[in-house]
Amino acid sequence: MSLLDIRNLSVRFGAADAVPVVDGLDLSVEKGEVLAIVGESGSGKSVTMMALMGLIDAPGIVQADCMQFDNTDMLRLKGRQRRRIVGKDLSMVFQDPMTALNPSYTVGFQIEEVLHQHLGLKGKAARARALELLERVEIPGAASRLDAYPHQLSGGMSQRVAIAMAIAAEPKLLIADEPTTALDVTIQAQIMELLLDLQRDQGMALVLITHDLAVVAETAQRVCVMYAGQAVELGQVPTLFDAPSHPYTEALLKAIPEHSAGARRLATLPGIVPGRYDRPQGCLLSPRCPYVQPRCRDERPTLDAHERGAARCFFPLVPTTEVA
Amino acid sequence: MTVTSLDQSLLYPSPLKEFWQAFSHNKGAVCGLGFMLLMVFCALFAPWVAPHHPSEQYRDFLLTPPVWLEGGQWRFLLGTDELGRDLLSRLIHGARLSLLIGLASVVLSLIPGILLGLVAGFFPRLLGPGIMRLMDIMLALPSLLLAVAIVAILGPGLINTIFAIAIVSLPSYVRLTRAAVMGELNRDYVTAAQLAGASLPRLMFFTVLPNCMAPLIVQATLSFSSAILDAAALGFLGLGVQPPTPEWGTMLASARDYIERAWWVVSLPGLAILLSVLAINLMGDGLRDALDPKLKNAI
Amino acid sequence: MLSFIARRLGLLIPTFFGVTLLTFALIRLIPGDPVEVMMGERRVDPEMHAQAMERLGLNKPLYAQYFDYIGQLASGNLGESLRSRESVWKEFLTLFPATVELALAALLFAGTLGVIAGVIAALKRGSLFDHGVMGISLTGYSMPIFWWGLLLIMFFSVGLGWTPVSGRIDLLYDIPPVTGFMLIDTLLSEEQGAFVDALHHLILPAIVLGTIPLAVIARMTRSAMLEVLREDYIRTARAKGLSPTRVVFVHGLRNALIPVLTVFGLQVGALLAGAVLTETIFSWPGIGKWLIEAIGARDYPVVQNGILLIACLVILVNFTVDILYGLANPRIRHQK
Repeated sequence: MSLLDIRNLSVRFGAADAVPVVDGLDLSVEKGEVLAIVGESGSGKSVTMMALMGLIDAPGIVQADCMQFDNTDMLRLKGRQRRRIVGKDLSMVFQDPMTALNPSYTVGFQIEEVLHQHLGLKGKAARARALELLERVEIPGAASRLDAYPHQLSGGMSQRVAIAMAIAAEPKLLIADEPTTALDVTIQAQIMELLLDLQRDQGMALVLITHDLAVVAETAQRVCVMYAGQAVELGQVPTLFDAPSHPYTEALLKAIPEHSAGARRLATLPGIVPGRYDRPQGCLLSPRCPYVQPRCRDERPTLDAHERGAARCFFPLVPTTEVA
Repeated sequence: MTVTSLDQSLLYPSPLKEFWQAFSHNKGAVCGLGFMLLMVFCALFAPWVAPHHPSEQYRDFLLTPPVWLEGGQWRFLLGTDELGRDLLSRLIHGARLSLLIGLASVVLSLIPGILLGLVAGFFPRLLGPGIMRLMDIMLALPSLLLAVAIVAILGPGLINTIFAIAIVSLPSYVRLTRAAVMGELNRDYVTAAQLAGASLPRLMFFTVLPNCMAPLIVQATLSFSSAILDAAALGFLGLGVQPPTPEWGTMLASARDYIERAWWVVSLPGLAILLSVLAINLMGDGLRDALDPKLKNAI
Repeated sequence: MLSFIARRLGLLIPTFFGVTLLTFALIRLIPGDPVEVMMGERRVDPEMHAQAMERLGLNKPLYAQYFDYIGQLASGNLGESLRSRESVWKEFLTLFPATVELALAALLFAGTLGVIAGVIAALKRGSLFDHGVMGISLTGYSMPIFWWGLLLIMFFSVGLGWTPVSGRIDLLYDIPPVTGFMLIDTLLSEEQGAFVDALHHLILPAIVLGTIPLAVIARMTRSAMLEVLREDYIRTARAKGLSPTRVVFVHGLRNALIPVLTVFGLQVGALLAGAVLTETIFSWPGIGKWLIEAIGARDYPVVQNGILLIACLVILVNFTVDILYGLANPRIRHQK
């Protein structure tokens, strides 16, 4: 039994016939696993996880056949029950640490809030635990930082605090939504290292949302590549990097400088992600795909499992034998 | 070679058309504009629109109720006041005074306000602090109180009311102009004009000022409505326009004694004030949204 | 924080002197003979006139006169009323609590109702309630409050007979002034029913005076709240599994209140101006009515120093609001 099992998730904003931002997505995460979700901005990576957390408000509509986390269907849960899980067993770190912390409260207050909400810790006990957490996320001079306000911290520091908040109740699954994008390059590696260290240490599962394939190669065990709200390829890390099945994955890999050593310029994929009005009838990548065939323009491919993963393509790049 | 006709949809709409599109999107603003047009019409043609002379006293018809009440008369649609004067005619002539006071005080404060603001903005070291300190002092007194103090010095009356209100609304124009000028002065187009040898007055009035107009126009509408409100308040306190001139606030003050017997003499002048102020504020909201989206959340 | 206060204090002093210049000029700008103006008498006997010039220091050069004025103010001498021959300061002190009581009641009314209405309107954005709050607040903002007061009197006092028409308390009661606050004094006096009567007298004036601040606060709270609810830290708070109430009130409102607080402070000046009108309508014996009566009676010492006192009051309140603003907003507090 997977820790997280999402079947056929769709998220749309506005009317029920609006173009979905996430379109029929299947995703599973095992206990203690690191899964990376990769894709361009607007591909629906963050929205998927926000839907899981219950952070999509009206006019957003979340539909799924099942959204099983830790043996509970998150879709069926109402308010109070959901909040018993969210922030405790299932928590999230966001992209921009400078705006993710409430400017009016001290770091200590914001961490202790989680401890109080989910573990019932109060007063000295909460403060002691908050201090431990700050030390755990390697904030120098942790004791003095408890009473600091977010604006007194640097971006990297703030992200550490946000991480401390997210792991305060020892979650089973931590979602990190581009946790390093807003940070200085020198800090990025430190934060990634901290996250992986915590993941190993606490045996929690980690979903890493990113558009940086280099990071994925170093950290994740499995990858889900998303394009225009759909999963286009699923696979294990080394194999997927060595031999991508989907043209989009290949294009992403070619855009990494290390992979294109020797080439005079980086490969790019022409065109942009289809929007509301220019959604093709066939495969969503068909207008941009270098290997496009007539069939691709007329029919939508499905996500088909093969021996090394799954791809949403009629003509996978690596010839595969389908698994039933 | 064929001449292709220009695609009309690709042409930029004229600024005026663009403005009207944004403005007419706001229904409240259009309603406000409609009411204002009605008021302006009444004010311009008051002697012809009003059924009676505003100070003619029909001694046999003291405190006649409006037409839809028992005892009402078709001759006096909105009834008469304690001296038998037709209320509707007085209200119509009152619109004249309110608009005059509003317009005159806005003009009298806008022009010196812009000048002082420009000077304060262009000479931030030499003259700026002095001017701004002076404005701070004026702002230390609530506007109505300052107006009251000024009228206490000058004495009551129409002209003094206009002056008092103009002086009171001066600081907001100065501050607004200065802030806008300071913002624009750092822009490259100003430097370019300077390098091209533009003289100081040219720089002030032709280069910078047109780019500061949006917030000023919005502020002018808002101070137009508060001018009407303040003028009525002064009239009500007996410090503004003096009776028997049909000024709305003055009318309210003399109607106070009939509060138990004739609700219409109390209600109608106030309603006229409320509606006209509301109409201008609605228009101001629409103008602000159309001209200066940045100000959308400001009050 | 201390340096923050010190900087604000530094700005306060020139403003204060500016206001004294203004009130000093006030008397000199009134057309007519200054002695006649100050003595409140016409055609003063020439000998007495000369004496008065000497006594009032009006024969000295202007700057010396100004220094005299400042000297007097510094020694706490604000002159005396021409009508009652009481010292202006003493009259002010007797009447001031009445205005404060009225203003506080109005602020309480406007603040509570305005913040609640603004928060609900923001949470139910686009709903009927939201449109209602916005419409009512725009109407309230455009309200000529002297008329509004008359309407309420006409309806509640004359029509329904629920509330008294004027004053702070019924003549039946003889309440010794201890604090000057009628609500407290009636409680202290232990007279039966006096407190309730004082409350009855306070309700209408407080509603009238609170109407415009209510409109402004409701509008401001709504827009500030809408802005704050879009912030990332609200998402973080929700992701922590906090209850919606806690998210809205602890994380949202606290930040939304910072701009609202400033508006609140700016409303204090407007409140004093409104007090002039409200006190006149309801015959409320406070400083607003005192000032208007003094103008009517050409009681210039009262006018001059009454205005000075009110201006100082506004300056002090704005200063306090600035400080509170700093306390509420850590980013400002820590500015160097």
